[in-house]
Amino acid sequence: MTATILTITSGKGGVGKTTATANLGVALASMGNSVVCIDADIGLRNLDVVMGLENRIVYDLVDVIEGRCKLRQAMIKDKRIENLYLIPAAQTRDKTAVSPQDMVKLADDLRPNYDWVLIDSPAGIERGFRNALAPADKVIIVTNPEVSSVRDADRIIGLIEAEEKGPGMLVINRLKPEMVKRGDMLGTEDVLDVLAVELVGVVPDDEAVIVASNQGSPVVLNNRSIAGKAFENIARRLSGEIVPFTELDAGDNLLSKLSRLVRSGGD
Amino acid sequence: MENKPVIKGLKDGLLIQLPDGEWEAVQSGLLDILDTQAAFFRGADVTLDLQSFELGVIALSELRELFLEHDITLHAVQTDHKPTTFAAADLGIKVIHSDDNLKEPDFESELPGDPAVLLRRTVRSGQTIHHPGHIVVLGDINPGAEIIAGGNIVVWGRVRGTVHAGAMGDENAVVCALDLSPTQLRIADKIAISPERKGRPRPEMAVLRDQQLVAEIWKSDRKII
Repeated sequence: MTATILTITSGKGGVGKTTATANLGVALASMGNSVVCIDADIGLRNLDVVMGLENRIVYDLVDVIEGRCKLRQAMIKDKRIENLYLIPAAQTRDKTAVSPQDMVKLADDLRPNYDWVLIDSPAGIERGFRNALAPADKVIIVTNPEVSSVRDADRIIGLIEAEEKGPGMLVINRLKPEMVKRGDMLGTEDVLDVLAVELVGVVPDDEAVIVASNQGSPVVLNNRSIAGKAFENIARRLSGEIVPFTELDAGDNLLSKLSRLVRSGGD
Repeated sequence: MENKPVIKGLKDGLLIQLPDGEWEAVQSGLLDILDTQAAFFRGADVTLDLQSFELGVIALSELRELFLEHDITLHAVQTDHKPTTFAAADLGIKVIHSDDNLKEPDFESELPGDPAVLLRRTVRSGQTIHHPGHIVVLGDINPGAEIIAGGNIVVWGRVRGTVHAGAMGDENAVVCALDLSPTQLRIADKIAISPERKGRPRPEMAVLRDQQLVAEIWKSDRKII
C-alpha cells in the first residue's frame, strides 16, 4: 500500500474545502479504502466538527510534530465508517507551529499504511497553505462559481504550478443551475475558461450540507442529497472510474449555448 | 561620451548592464535610468552587471540603497572580480559570473527584428512578466496577472489582466489581442480602462493616437501600420 497524498485547497476561504475533505474521506473509505484526513488549518480547526469527531480529540497534529505523542495516538477512528481516521489541528496554536518539512515527514510516516491521506488546507497563500501543499502528490482546488473565488483559485493554481505540484484538479462547489440559466451565476464553462484545469467534480448548492455540518454527519452519508451524490462521484473519479458529468453539472447558460452555435456558423 | 546602461531580459528577471566610463558618470547614468524607468522595474528581479567595475562594500551598499529608494530590490550583481564578489557576499547580495550563461542568446539572423520573449501558457493571477523588448503570449492573461514590456505586447488569446506596453516610454508601442478586455491597459504613461464589452470579442490593437488610448478592431482591408 502506498498512499496518495491529496491536498484540498482553494485560496479563498469558505468555499467548501473542509466539507469536501470530510465528504471525500467518508466516500473513499466507504469504497473500501483506508483513509486518514488531516486538518492543516492550525488555529481555526473545523474538520473535526464537520466530521462529528470533536468530542474525541485528545492529541492533535502539533502534538505529533512536537513529539508529545505517537502518531497513532492522535488519529481518531471514525465509528461509523471502517478505516477512516482524523488527525485534528491544534486550536490553541497557529500556522507557524508547523513547517512544510514537518508535513512531508508526517506524510511519509503515513504513506506505507494507508490508501489515501487527505489534507484540508487553510485559506490563503501563506505558511498554512505551503504546509498543506508540501507533501501533496495530487491537489484539488475548490472554487465557487463566483468571480472573487475564481480569481483566488487562479492565483493558487499559479502557486501550485510554481511549486511543480500542478496543475491540480478542480471542484466547482455550490453551483445553482437555475441561477446559471438566468445568467446570474457563472457556469461551469465560464469557470473553466479562466482556470483551464481538469474538472473532477461539480457539487450543486444543497441545504442538506449545512444540516449535515451542524450534525457532524458528512452529507455523503445522506443518500437523498444531490451534493452528497456529487461528492461520491468525485471519489469515484479519483479512484479511476469514469463517471460522466450530467447536464446539471454543466450548468450551461442557454444563451451561451445559442451564441456558441452562431459563432461557429458564421462570420 | 556617456554611454547609458543597457537593459536586457534574463530567463527570470532583468539585467542592467553598466557601460564603460568614469564611475561618477556611470553612476549618474544609472540613477537616471532608475528615476525614469522605476515603474518598469518594480516587482522584477533585477541583476546589475558591474562589467569591469571594482566595488567595495561601501560602494555596493550605496548602490543597494539607491535601488531601494526607487522601490527596487537589487537581486544580484554580476562580476568576475574577486574582491567585488567577496564584498557582495558580505552584504548578502547574490553574485553571478559572466559565464553563468543567463543572458539571452544573441541570435545571429539575416532578418532584421527585435528581441522578443514568447510565452506559451496562460499567465495566472498574481504572476508578472517583465521584459525590456516585446512580449508575445500564446495563451490568456488572466485577471490579476501583469504583463510589462518595453516594447509591444501581442497576445494570441484573451487579455483580462493588466498590460503595459512601451513601459520605458515608447509611445509607439501597441497591444494586440484576440480578445482585448484588460483590467487596465497602459501604453507609455497613458492609462485606460476597457469599456464594457458589447457582443462577442474581436481581434483588436490598442494604440496611442493623439495622446489618447484607442482600440482598433482588426479589419482585413485596413493596413496595420
